[in-house]
Amino acid sequence: MSMLEVEAVSKRFRGVLAVDVVSLAVEQGGIFAIIGPNGAGKTTLFNMIAGAMEPDNGSISFAGEPITGLTPDAVCRRGIARTFQLVRPFPALSVEDNVTIGALLHRHDVAAARERAQTLLRRFDLFERRHQLASALTLPDRKRLEVARALATEPKLLLLDEVVAGLRPTETDRMVAILQELNRESGLTILLIEHVMRAVMALASRVLVLDHGTAIAEGAPEAIVRDPAVVQSYLGAEAV
Amino acid sequence: MIVLWKETTARGRCLIAVVLILLVGAPFVADRYTLSVLTLILYFAYVGQAWNLMMGYAGQLSLGHALYVGLGGYVGALLWLQFGIGPWLGVFPAMLVAAGFGAAIGWLGFRFGIEGVYFAVLTIAFAEFTRIACDNLGFTGGAGGLFIPYEAQRVGEWWNLRGGQLLFYYVALLLAAAAVVLTALLARSRLGYQWLAVREDQEAARAVGIDVFQAKMLAVVLSAAMTAVGGVFYAFYYGNLFPAQVFDIGRSIELILAPIVGGLGTVFGPVVGAFLLTPVGELLIVLTSKLGFDHPGAKAVFYGLMLMVIIWLRPTGIWPWLARVLRLEKNRK
Repeated sequence: MSMLEVEAVSKRFRGVLAVDVVSLAVEQGGIFAIIGPNGAGKTTLFNMIAGAMEPDNGSISFAGEPITGLTPDAVCRRGIARTFQLVRPFPALSVEDNVTIGALLHRHDVAAARERAQTLLRRFDLFERRHQLASALTLPDRKRLEVARALATEPKLLLLDEVVAGLRPTETDRMVAILQELNRESGLTILLIEHVMRAVMALASRVLVLDHGTAIAEGAPEAIVRDPAVVQSYLGAEAV
Repeated sequence: MIVLWKETTARGRCLIAVVLILLVGAPFVADRYTLSVLTLILYFAYVGQAWNLMMGYAGQLSLGHALYVGLGGYVGALLWLQFGIGPWLGVFPAMLVAAGFGAAIGWLGFRFGIEGVYFAVLTIAFAEFTRIACDNLGFTGGAGGLFIPYEAQRVGEWWNLRGGQLLFYYVALLLAAAAVVLTALLARSRLGYQWLAVREDQEAARAVGIDVFQAKMLAVVLSAAMTAVGGVFYAFYYGNLFPAQVFDIGRSIELILAPIVGGLGTVFGPVVGAFLLTPVGELLIVLTSKLGFDHPGAKAVFYGLMLMVIIWLRPTGIWPWLARVLRLEKNRK
């Protein structure tokens, strides 16, 4: 049984069918990437998994239990943490407080949560900046803060929405390295939406391609980049 | 409390000790008028702190906090007048009633996604409903108000909150100090951090597993109950309650100025704000009449101008700046 199973979900916004009967299964310990052009329905699919939107049809289950229609906080308490495409740190709070709040989900003692936050901040190269306000950070730092805060809730599955978009190649590689470490060391399962193929190719063990709300291909990353339908709709001929 | 003391810097401890000694000792040197101003300062520090928990920490704007003052006052006064139940006991039903109203407003607002200024309008509406109800109900005394008579033989019955200026001063001091300690404890608790997260970004708060509805409900219920205690104090201190006065929106505004000027979402902001605004307000009454601007509203104009200047100079409140000047912050970075 897969850790996350999405069964034929659909979501319609007025006339537009944003996600049209999409299914996917993420294995425990895997890194699963969803790619596709803008407007393909990636973020909508993601929001349905995270509980931010309810699917019109279909079902989602996590660790064998249905989570369809649960609120975002309930989904998080089940062990799914997410980041936002447009980062949403708590702006007027310190970097450390941001992550501490995440760590308080499963800890009632603030000191213990702070300790956990500091460990994460070291890992994400933010320890030196822990007393700065989150709003004072640069975009790359805020992206790392977003991931650190999500990880502080101790998820079994981490949902990352374009977490390297807008980063320079060196910063992208650093993020990729941190995520690989987490996946290897603690067996963290990751589901990510990404445009940056450099990151997708380095990270993903499996890739799903969405186009106009439907899945047009799924498989290992090496196979996906050679798939004619994917090249046609998304990557463009020069990518091959 | 011990933890709080341990976490306070040496300078902070000294300052707290000095301020406490001054306040405890004030009645030995202050005259009756000064003591009444101090009592008012402490009262505003207390209710301001209650409002600060809801707005400064949880980010929920209430412009109808006079509702909870009035409810607390009416419940406390009616229990005493009708059943002879003293305020030390009556304060608990008063808190319960106010918490119930707070829960109703919170439920309506938070369940149906009424946010920000729209939520504030809801809080004003409830204060107005209640004013109209108290104006017209028989058992509340209607528009004619409710009086807690002065009974000479009861003076000194501190267990019934009957006494002179001295008694009320110390009760107000106790309330204000307790509110500061409670706020400090909450600010460093799990709930306190959840409130901050909700204040900053509700979507992001949900994404880290916070039950936003529950956190906001706790804030409004706690704030309402705390404010009601101030209402009981108010009723017994002044000895009268008029619906048109206690539930007036002016009262709600008056009550939120100290935390705004002092510093929202800070432990000492409401106290500093009250210590600045209340005496200045009193001073303005004296000054405007001395200078011959003895028109009604003259005080309000100067008060308003002064508020504008303070908020212009210290937009995040006086306390954050004062704490920096006095070097009370922990040595960070």
